[in-house]
Order: sequence, then C-alpha cells, then structure tokens
Amino acid sequence: MKKVYSRPKYLKKVPMHYCPGCGHSIVAKLITELVEEMDIADRTICIPPAGCAVLLYNYFDFDCVESAHGRGGAIATAMKRVLPDRVIFTYQGDGDLAAIGTAETIHAANRGERFTTIFINNAVYGMTGGQMAPTTLFNQKTTTSQFGREMRRDGAPIKMSEMLATLDEGVAYIERTTVIDVPSIKKTKKAIKKAFQIQMDDIGFSLVEVLSPCPTNWKMNPLQSCKWIDEDMTKVFPLGVIKDITENKKVKEAVNAD
Amino acid sequence: MRGNTVVGEAAIRAGCTCYFGYPITPQNELPEYMSRRLTEIEDGIFIQSESEISAINMVLGASVAGARVMTSSSSPGISLKQEGISFLCGDELPAVIVNMVRGGPGLGNISPAQSDYFQSTRGGGHGDYRTVVLAPASCQEMADLTMEAFDISDYYRNPVLILADGMLGQMMEPVTFENYKPRELPKKDYIIDGAKGRPSRFVRSLILNTKDMEEHNWKLMRKYKMITKNEIKCDEFMMDDAKIAVVAYGTAARIAKGAVKRARKEGLKVGLIRPITLWPYPSEVIKKWARSVSLFVVFEMSAGQMIEDVELSLKGSSEVYFYGRPGGVIPTPMELVKIISSQYYQKGF
Repeated sequence: MKKVYSRPKYLKKVPMHYCPGCGHSIVAKLITELVEEMDIADRTICIPPAGCAVLLYNYFDFDCVESAHGRGGAIATAMKRVLPDRVIFTYQGDGDLAAIGTAETIHAANRGERFTTIFINNAVYGMTGGQMAPTTLFNQKTTTSQFGREMRRDGAPIKMSEMLATLDEGVAYIERTTVIDVPSIKKTKKAIKKAFQIQMDDIGFSLVEVLSPCPTNWKMNPLQSCKWIDEDMTKVFPLGVIKDITENKKVKEAVNAD
Repeated sequence: MRGNTVVGEAAIRAGCTCYFGYPITPQNELPEYMSRRLTEIEDGIFIQSESEISAINMVLGASVAGARVMTSSSSPGISLKQEGISFLCGDELPAVIVNMVRGGPGLGNISPAQSDYFQSTRGGGHGDYRTVVLAPASCQEMADLTMEAFDISDYYRNPVLILADGMLGQMMEPVTFENYKPRELPKKDYIIDGAKGRPSRFVRSLILNTKDMEEHNWKLMRKYKMITKNEIKCDEFMMDDAKIAVVAYGTAARIAKGAVKRARKEGLKVGLIRPITLWPYPSEVIKKWARSVSLFVVFEMSAGQMIEDVELSLKGSSEVYFYGRPGGVIPTPMELVKIISSQYYQKGF
C-alpha cells in the first residue's frame, strides 16, 4: 500500500502544547515538511520568538536559538552573516515582530539580510493571555481593550507586511497567507518554500505573514475562528503577494543563470 | 596609539572577526576603526546596528554561531544592552563588551566617570548572574586586557566587560601587542551551525521547571566561584610600609598614583591598591593589608560605588574614608594629596 501521509521526519515525536484550533501547529508542520522535502535539515537554523512559539525547539529536529522578545531579526542577521550557507529563519508573532521588535525587523529587512521571517499574525498576545496586539482589529475586544480597539487610544492595526514592502531592493518577497482550510494551507506551504528558496538564491529578505487562528483568546471555537479570519481579518489584512522582486525580469534572469 | 583604537586592534589580533555597535561618544573611534579594519580580515563582519539593543543581540547571534565577537558603547548604550547581556549569561555565551563610561545618570555628559561600577559588577540586567569586569588604567593594559578578555570569555562561556572611560579612550601611549599568551581553550561544542553529522540541538535560557532552573543557577554560581578563584588581578604600589592605602581603579588609579608619589615626597607613608578585575573583586588583597594599614582611602570618579566592595572585604576590620568626584569631573592629584595628608595628620600617623 502507498503511504500518502505521515508525521514529518523533522517534527519531534512529542505532544505539542498548542491549544486546539491554533494555527501554530499547522505552520510548524508545514515548515518541517519543507525542510524534509528541500533536504536542508542539516543546515537549517530556526530562531523562535518569545510568546506561544517559544518552545518550537522542542518540536523541530534541527538547530534552534532562543531569542529575547522581538530580537530575532538581529540574531538572525549576525548568524546569517557568520554562516552564509545555512538556511536561517525567524519565527515571530505579531507582538514580537510588530511591537517590541519593530526596529530589528525593519532594519534587517532594509539591509536585505538573507534570512526568512515567518510572521504569525493572530491579532492578539496569545501566551500572556489575550492582550491587545499591534495587529488587533478595530473594535476587537481583548483583555486590554475590553470595549474594543479604538483609534484615538490604541491607534490602528499595523500592516507590517505593507510597510516592509515599501523598503528598497533589500526586501525580495513578502506574501500574506492563512491556514483556515486545505487550499490556504497549501498556499502557505508554497509561500514558505518560495521564501526559503529566495534566501538560498541570495536574493534578499523574505517574509511570509500567516493569519493564524487563536480560538482560546478570541473566545471562539476553531470553526468560528476560521470564519472570522475569512470574513473580518482578511478585510484589514488582505491575502496575496505583497512584494516579489523575483518577478522583476533582471532578478529572474540572475536566478535562472545559476 | 589612541586608547579606543588600541582596544580595536587588540581585539582583531585576538581573533575577533565580528563587531556590532551603535555610535555614542566617547568611544566612536573604536567602531570607526573596526569598520575599516574588519574589511581587511577574512570573514570580518562589521554592522552599524539600528540600536544598542540590536547590537547586543547581533553579538549573541555571532557568538552562538561560533565567532569571536565584540561590541562597545558608553553608559546609556550599555544600559540598553543589559537585556542582551542577561541572555548571554543565561545562554552561557562568550562576548566582549567595552564600556567607555561617561557621567550619568540619564544622558549625563561625555566626560570620564566611574559611575557604572554597580551596573557592571552587580549584573546590570535581570537574574542571578555576573560578568567579568576588567578595568585597564593605561593603553598597554587596554591592549593586554582586551586580548585576554576574549580568552576568559571563551574559557568560561561568559561575557567579559572592559570598563574604561573617555580619558583612557582618548589618550595616546605606545603599546605592544606581543604580551598576549593565548590560553588553551575547550572546543566550542555548543555552537549552533546546523545539525550536520550530529543530533540537532538548541541554545536557550528558558527553563520552565523550577528545579532545573535552580540547578542552572547553581551551575552558573559554581562557574563564578571558579572565575573568582582563578582570575583576580590587582596591582599594588608602595604598599610595604603604608599607613594609608588608597584604593582606586582605572583613570582614578592613575591620578591616585601621582598623588601617592607626591605624598611620599612629603614623607607620608601612603600606598595604592589598584584592582584590575572589578568582578571578581580582589577582596583578599584588601583583607591582607588590613593588618598593617590603618586607613583605606577609597578614591573614585563617582559618588561612591566601589567603596561597598572595600567595606565588604574589610567587614569592619579597618577604617574606610571615601573621596569621590561624580559627574565627569576629573580630580587632580594635588586634590587627593590634600585629602590624604589631612587624614594622615588628623589620625596622628
């Protein structure tokens, strides 16, 4: 009989601590599948964030380095400069990437550092118990915006991917995806693969933003969470390719020349 | 060579291949020198980071990847680096961090000061940890201690701080880089460079299980005990028959040396104890002299910080007098001579 599905090779055989319906476990699985398919496990290094994904190194069977909250971009910068032939990626949440680590993220992207960022946007601080995130939507209730996010007090949900896309040639590829159904999960995997490939081809900084359900802190069940992403979250954070300089003819030629 | 440049050249000669930093006075000659010098080195990496916080995390990244790495800054910048230093200690990663101290608190000024003693020797960031603190008092010592700092740091897998100030950074003296004797160092079997031909591993400071976290803390303490046993450095000057011992480090020790010489000319029996490692502190040296010395004059360019270590060393067994000038004021040797002689005659030595 042909085996069509099994546990990814580089996903350690331990139970995950993620809540039911959480998007982190899906993305973790996709990454390990890709590491296997691209045959890069012996040169892949992950830099997990502070937050729900802090324990990623317990799940990934390849090298990992912990980062202080928001500092993944700086650590990845130095690691990639020291080890240019490794595949290095940061895995960061919205608080990590779009609040406390905004400076590290913007400047690493602007320098065109050759690492990849997987940006999990669930519009809330998960690990700490559901506080307002930089990406929390208007009127979304959280433990620190109990009557909903409002402009005058909290500012607007920040669109990091669009902001980063305005940077010059250092930023090669940014795509926003989600993981709410089979087609969107497949798209996410494809996007991460492309991001890794762009890094390996030495083109520039690459980032995949994944709109990810957090049923526990959204006080929804998993299905309602997926629906909320589909109907509400994607209105503020539209899915699709936000920047791709590999479409640029010159880059295409350079990549194909190798 | 100029002090700041000496530190840079010494680092390069000790095998430092990475420098990350953010501009701040009075240490800018150092990153400027590194930006040029590292281009001449194979695998040399220089990044002017977007912040001190970013710089120290780049240091962490390069260190965990196996490189010899340095950053430098001055007081306010070092405050920003504290989170990263705490992580380096928790992760047990080597790094050399230079602080050309300026007057504080806050933005303070850019004049030489010693007001970061507490921050440097007590940890500075969060958690139970220590950093080795080396306090050079000349350009030659900047060269020697910088080179040794890399070895100490690699040997114990712990950050080492070099504590100087704008005076030492700007002064020019002849130096040799030939004094350095590289230590035999253990293989870096902890680095993260991809799991090629070995099981995957990770570096982290998060230990959620309290008993495991406690054991990690005790492990660090055992290491600090070993450092205390092996690495203390202290200089003594004209101490043999001294009734008064001036205790001072760095720039203050240079001033104090001048003052001691003058006081000796006046016939006063005065000596100088100059701690070179501020942590671990040369408590035994202080204690040893308590038998013959009647008064310890602690002299600092701060409102009084190292005095606590002198008092802890003496545990009340001898009298301690403090004279300090905070805020970036550089006291003169004559100023200190006056203090010494007035104490000398008041006590009836």
